[in-house]
Amino acid sequence: MNRRRYVTQGIATIFIWTGALLTIAVMLLILFQILKEGLPVLRLSFFLESPKEMGREGGIFSTLIGTATLTLVAIVVGAPLGVGTAVFLREYTRESKMSRMIRFGTDCLAGVPSIIFGLFGFVFFVIKLNLGWSILSGGLTLAAMILPTIISTAEESIKAIPYSYREVSYSLGGTKWQTVTRVVLPSALPGIFTGILLSVGRSIGETAAVILTAGSSLVMPTSLFSPIRTMSVHFYILAREGISMKMAYGTGAALILFVLMINMMAQWAINRYIRRRT
Amino acid sequence: MQLQEKIIEKVLLLIAFSSIIILTLITFFIFEEGIPLILNVGLKAFLLGEKWIPSKGFFGIFPMIASSFWVTFGSLLLGIPLGLACTIFLSEFIPPFIATLFRPAIQLLAAIPSVIYGFGGLIFLVPLIRNHLGGPGLSILAGSLVLGFMTLPTIITISEDALKALPPSYKAGALALGATHWQTIWRVLIPAARSGIVASVILGMGRAMGETMAMIMILGNAVRMPVSFLDSARTLTTNIGIEMGYASGDHRQALFATGIVLFFIIMALNTLAIFLSKRRAS
Amino acid sequence: MPEANKIAIQDFSFYYDSCRALWNVNLCIRSKEIFTVFGPARSGKTTLLKSLNRLTDLIFGANHTGTVHLDETDIYGPNVDLTRLRRRIGMVFDLPTPLPMSIFDNITYGPRLSLTNRKSRLHEIVEKALRSAVLWEEVKDRLNTSALRLSGGQQQRLCIARVLALEPEVLLLDEPCSGLDPISTASIEETLFELKKTYTIILVPHNIQQASRVADRAGFFLNGELVEEGPAYQVFTKPRDKRTEDYVTGRFG
Repeated sequence: MNRRRYVTQGIATIFIWTGALLTIAVMLLILFQILKEGLPVLRLSFFLESPKEMGREGGIFSTLIGTATLTLVAIVVGAPLGVGTAVFLREYTRESKMSRMIRFGTDCLAGVPSIIFGLFGFVFFVIKLNLGWSILSGGLTLAAMILPTIISTAEESIKAIPYSYREVSYSLGGTKWQTVTRVVLPSALPGIFTGILLSVGRSIGETAAVILTAGSSLVMPTSLFSPIRTMSVHFYILAREGISMKMAYGTGAALILFVLMINMMAQWAINRYIRRRT
Repeated sequence: MQLQEKIIEKVLLLIAFSSIIILTLITFFIFEEGIPLILNVGLKAFLLGEKWIPSKGFFGIFPMIASSFWVTFGSLLLGIPLGLACTIFLSEFIPPFIATLFRPAIQLLAAIPSVIYGFGGLIFLVPLIRNHLGGPGLSILAGSLVLGFMTLPTIITISEDALKALPPSYKAGALALGATHWQTIWRVLIPAARSGIVASVILGMGRAMGETMAMIMILGNAVRMPVSFLDSARTLTTNIGIEMGYASGDHRQALFATGIVLFFIIMALNTLAIFLSKRRAS
Repeated sequence: MPEANKIAIQDFSFYYDSCRALWNVNLCIRSKEIFTVFGPARSGKTTLLKSLNRLTDLIFGANHTGTVHLDETDIYGPNVDLTRLRRRIGMVFDLPTPLPMSIFDNITYGPRLSLTNRKSRLHEIVEKALRSAVLWEEVKDRLNTSALRLSGGQQQRLCIARVLALEPEVLLLDEPCSGLDPISTASIEETLFELKKTYTIILVPHNIQQASRVADRAGFFLNGELVEEGPAYQVFTKPRDKRTEDYVTGRFG
């Protein structure tokens, strides 16, 4: 009887270890394959030249610019909205019907799939607001997508700041807004920054919503109203249309490297921030 | 000064409602574009019709609904065991400091863009399936396998939270009564964390249902009722993603209508998951 | 010369939502004296202090009846500027609470909010405040280092200096020496005697011995009620109320 229990334990252990290692192995396999084929393509000229012949040759420069400007718009719009929401929830109200409603709205927004954001961005920004396929349309749509992430990370950081800091500021004559801007936000900045980093990583990899709102033009953008193609969209088109495997691998490798770099920076920031607090 | 403070508070209140405002806008505009078509074609014909031929005015999305559920359930067949295995691995089988290395790896897994996963499926899985199992390779099976991996981070992080939230006395008590480590996990901890784990699975389902790019790349493009895992198929999401680029008029409205159906399904799943985790908290 | 009433508290009751914390308090604090508010835990002492500089306004559901006058002004009146009120009545809390900034920035935090931003003026303010709190000599060479690196006693004196930088009229000290070693405690008590010459001080003491050492007048609080008040010597050695006597002699605590 005893033996059977330990045999079960042994089998279970094998399953668990296999499962965990399998997961890591598959992830590493995909990454290594793309990097193996793609890294050789990544020379400086690849980054500095724009795609030629519909992407069969050249580099990815215009897509880099596209990705960067899109992400910038998303952050410039999304961060103040997200941080403002977090500040309101934590500093200006207590738990009530209204705050619960706001949180529910944020949770729901977090669950909306990117293709729906794409449809929305298309009909609202591209058509109704007449912004056309543009950096603006794409950036505003992305801002809506990253909003929940920024709200929750900002809220966590603000929550972590001791109440005594606020009490001191008030007792010295500070108003609520002064307390927020001079004590709370400066202390919460590391956490907020991490949330922004994570959102940047997400924006870089986002494809479905971007294709429907920013278009897929390979031409260098001239203004916020220009259509652009981001790296992830370029990668998708190259892979699906089978235009050039070499370029696809290169773009994919660049994409992976950027995303990994940003996420590792965010992880490092989280660790440093947590270590500083405890 | 007082006036300035009041203005700031009102502005922040407005900002705080931005997520609700955006959610309302999304719902409104998707519905505004899609409802007319559903009314035209008829709800039953839309949801249960098996023919999708936009050029002839046939807008039945039942094959897409079926394929979405096939792919999602297929992904759960892979995702639940693997996800539970990794969760248990993280929380019970390795010392905490190694877990702090493993956990970021899971986060990294989540951060990888879906197009990369799709590409990986395209170059590895599709030929593998085509050569060894038959069919075009671009199949529901490929989609399920890739999707299974993509939903792992969701299942793992939320299940792990559920396990961590259990009082340590559960584990201590079980071990004190003579249970083996595995018996403790399987018969005490997992059942106790049940609602959190179920919530994680439902959330994972929501993510799986909403995945577009990877599915476009590896599901093939066949608009017909799936009969086997080796068939190519089209989900609700890929339907929109593939045709939105060139659709117009009724066709475009039909894609928005597809979006409405997708929206409902995912909202239902997510609300269920939120409800379950609130129940656990209380 | 008649001593003017600096603070006049009349029929003051305080509520957290519907939970009553203070019961009809009637109390006058005289100018430039040290008045000590003592009693067992949870008797409303901190609530009383925090309602004097309206820190209680921050708590949702806080409300009151009765009045509190600072000199001639009703501090709960309709046109009261909270910033000015809190400059006139400063507070030091029971745990040292330096803000996560440099020593210099901590002290100038209050002045920068509403008084001035000029560097030279700020430096003057900092030196004067640190001297009054008997901390200048120890930190004058490292004003730009983080305040979090100071010892407990230094941090608490920093908090006192921070309040003094606003040149208040009244100081509210809520157990300012709790958590401090005897030497720091002694130095802060000495500082109090110096401060008394310029400021009106209301002190919640860490223990009765401290109260009897430094106070001019005293008030005993029990369960939100002011049981008795009077000259410190009389309240501690010949209390009129039996409850005061029981507490002072240690029959409960």
